[in-house]
Amino acid sequence: MPSIAASTSQPVSLWRRVANQGATAFAILTAVLVLVPLMAIFVYLLIKGVGALNWAFLTQTPKPVGEAGGGMANAIVGSGVILAIASLIGIPLGIGSGIYLAEYGRNRFGDIVRFTADVLNGVPSIVIGIAAYSLVVVPQKHFSALSGGVALGIMMIPTVARATEEMLLMVPNAVREAAFGLGIPKWRTTLSITLRTASAGVITGCMLAFARVAGETAPLLFTAFGNQFWNLNPNQPTAALPLQIFVYAISPFDEWHNQAWAGALILIILIVGAVAAVRITVSRGRLKGA
Amino acid sequence: MGVGIEVRGLNAWYGKNQALNEIDMKVPANHVTAVIGPSGCGKSTFIRCLNRMHETIPDARAEGDVKVGEMDVYGDGSDPVEVRRRIGMVFQKPNPFPTMSIYGNVAAGLKLNGFSNRKQMDELVERSLKLAALWDEVKDNLHKKSGASLSGGQQQRLCIARALAVEPEVLLMDEPASALDPISTSKIEELIFQLKQHYTVVIVTHNMQQAARVAELTGFFLMGSLIEYDKTEKIFTNPADKRTEDYVTGRFG
Amino acid sequence: MRSRFQQGLDELKEKLLRMGGLAEQAIDRATEAYRTRDSKFCQLVLTGESAINEAEREIDELALDLLAMQQPMAIDLRFILAVLKINADLERVGDQAVNIAQRVLDLISEVEIELPVDIPRMADAVTTMVQRALESFLDGKAEVAEAVLQMDGIVDRMKDEAFVVLVQKMHDNPKTVRQALDVLLIARNLERIADHATNIAEDVIFWVRGADVRHGGAHYRE
Repeated sequence: MPSIAASTSQPVSLWRRVANQGATAFAILTAVLVLVPLMAIFVYLLIKGVGALNWAFLTQTPKPVGEAGGGMANAIVGSGVILAIASLIGIPLGIGSGIYLAEYGRNRFGDIVRFTADVLNGVPSIVIGIAAYSLVVVPQKHFSALSGGVALGIMMIPTVARATEEMLLMVPNAVREAAFGLGIPKWRTTLSITLRTASAGVITGCMLAFARVAGETAPLLFTAFGNQFWNLNPNQPTAALPLQIFVYAISPFDEWHNQAWAGALILIILIVGAVAAVRITVSRGRLKGA
Repeated sequence: MGVGIEVRGLNAWYGKNQALNEIDMKVPANHVTAVIGPSGCGKSTFIRCLNRMHETIPDARAEGDVKVGEMDVYGDGSDPVEVRRRIGMVFQKPNPFPTMSIYGNVAAGLKLNGFSNRKQMDELVERSLKLAALWDEVKDNLHKKSGASLSGGQQQRLCIARALAVEPEVLLMDEPASALDPISTSKIEELIFQLKQHYTVVIVTHNMQQAARVAELTGFFLMGSLIEYDKTEKIFTNPADKRTEDYVTGRFG
Repeated sequence: MRSRFQQGLDELKEKLLRMGGLAEQAIDRATEAYRTRDSKFCQLVLTGESAINEAEREIDELALDLLAMQQPMAIDLRFILAVLKINADLERVGDQAVNIAQRVLDLISEVEIELPVDIPRMADAVTTMVQRALESFLDGKAEVAEAVLQMDGIVDRMKDEAFVVLVQKMHDNPKTVRQALDVLLIARNLERIADHATNIAEDVIFWVRGADVRHGGAHYRE
């Protein structure tokens, strides 16, 4: 058998060098390929949408059919309202179930909950929209931002719950033990110590869920329904950006097509902006060395 | 001031496996008592039974009579959380709360138990850090540096300060120096020697020389039973039981 | 068990026993010198002393190393301490043998006189004590060591009798003072060797039982 000394004194074989470089090149290529569609979409949106982007667009409601001008201000605000309601429903319920699954749910019931969450994650968004329709719209006998928020909130729950569970499980048990050793009861330990330690990951989970539902259109079709006018009442039909984009995009009017592009661009910018803002705020709050 | 601990007929199980057999032991107040023995002998289980940490493991239970001062640890109506408040614990691997500052770590036990007087908290934090021989090294960075940014030895002293801040009567230490370098180890040992003036200390260690250096009394555990419990000098110069002798001379374990 | 440590302990025992052999040999030669009044035996004792001193040095060094490097506990620690003490006693035994040899040389240079003191008998008793003490060390038997402690009284009595007889002799015949004094000193040297044998036995008991039996009591660790 050749000795180790003998083989390390030889130069690296040509075949090995080629394989190394080939694999590296392949990895870089695939990363670039992933970026390409992302960048392409963004650039395309920029090109198509920036034309119709102006102050009026951001501050005015849609003008009646046929008239030029107008904007999506109500849709931007409407989306904000609907997403706020969705977050108020989805984040607490999601974090709560995540806490249950991680800290108390290593049992049969926990398995059932976990399974249900995974299934819920896979349910088509339009089906969730229909469910929200039957649960909220039908009894109330009208469309509303509330029902839209409920639909989107339900969609947020599985993502937030699973992320919270994963992040909590990653907190070493030693941290919990330290808290128990100090005579801190379990519920307090979970909230003030374990959750706090996992907070970065949990916030990321919430952001992921938020970004995902921010662009959902189908669930809003029969819930928020959309609105051409200003509406801040969550119990009334409300405009939302994705809805507005959809309506304008399938319309026959060029003016509206341009506005649809602008709307899409704004939607992307707002989502990216929201996520970035949270990231920066969280990192500023972090201690030196933590 | 510390209090004595009296253990009578303590048994403990992990599921169906019995880990401790009828342990009887009297730990005197304001002394350092060491618990030694080979791996798996039950020494860690033993001290975790003293502050009811043992039962936090699923399927684990303990039965018996443990009195810490006047407190009946396993009595009817005894609250495990209250027990743990009065008995401090330091673990093998330093485990400061990662997202909290040094101050936050030391004050954690106070804050999360409802303490709110800021001035008193500042004083307690300072006192605890001084007791743990860490004050001088961190006094300028209390709120700025996180607990996790300290070196291993400093982290462990931080954990000691954290345990002392809630003013326990007894301090349990589960191999507190085993993850540390020799200099940090000797600092901790020196610290333990000082601490016994105010507290009763029970220390689990697999390092016999450490037990010899810091403890006045030593208990030798083997397979869940307390084999011999006597003055440290006796255990290490002329133990009564052959099994103890075989262990301390390195013939097994 | 830690084999390097065990090897060290075995080596220490072997070296000490060998030194014991040298000490026994020195006593033998000194006794023979007295019996035969042959100066060559005296010379052997005198030249043999350096080997004993060298052995003492080696044993001290090895014991120190084992203490520092191996952190011995309990019985192992007591063993090494016992070895260090026995070491010192054996070296003193060697010194006493040299003293006897020097007294014999002096006797040889003087006129031979009849003295009613049975030095060889005393020497036999003392030799037996040393042998038994070393035997108890070899076998780690405390009972054998205890027997040695019993014999110390006998040798003491022999020395006291010799003292009385020799003082009487010196009083009766002043011309015999020098020889009588030599013999008296030899008796005392023998008695000191017996004391050292007793010390060795006590050290063995300390090692084996952890009991301090020096100075007539038995003190166990509380």
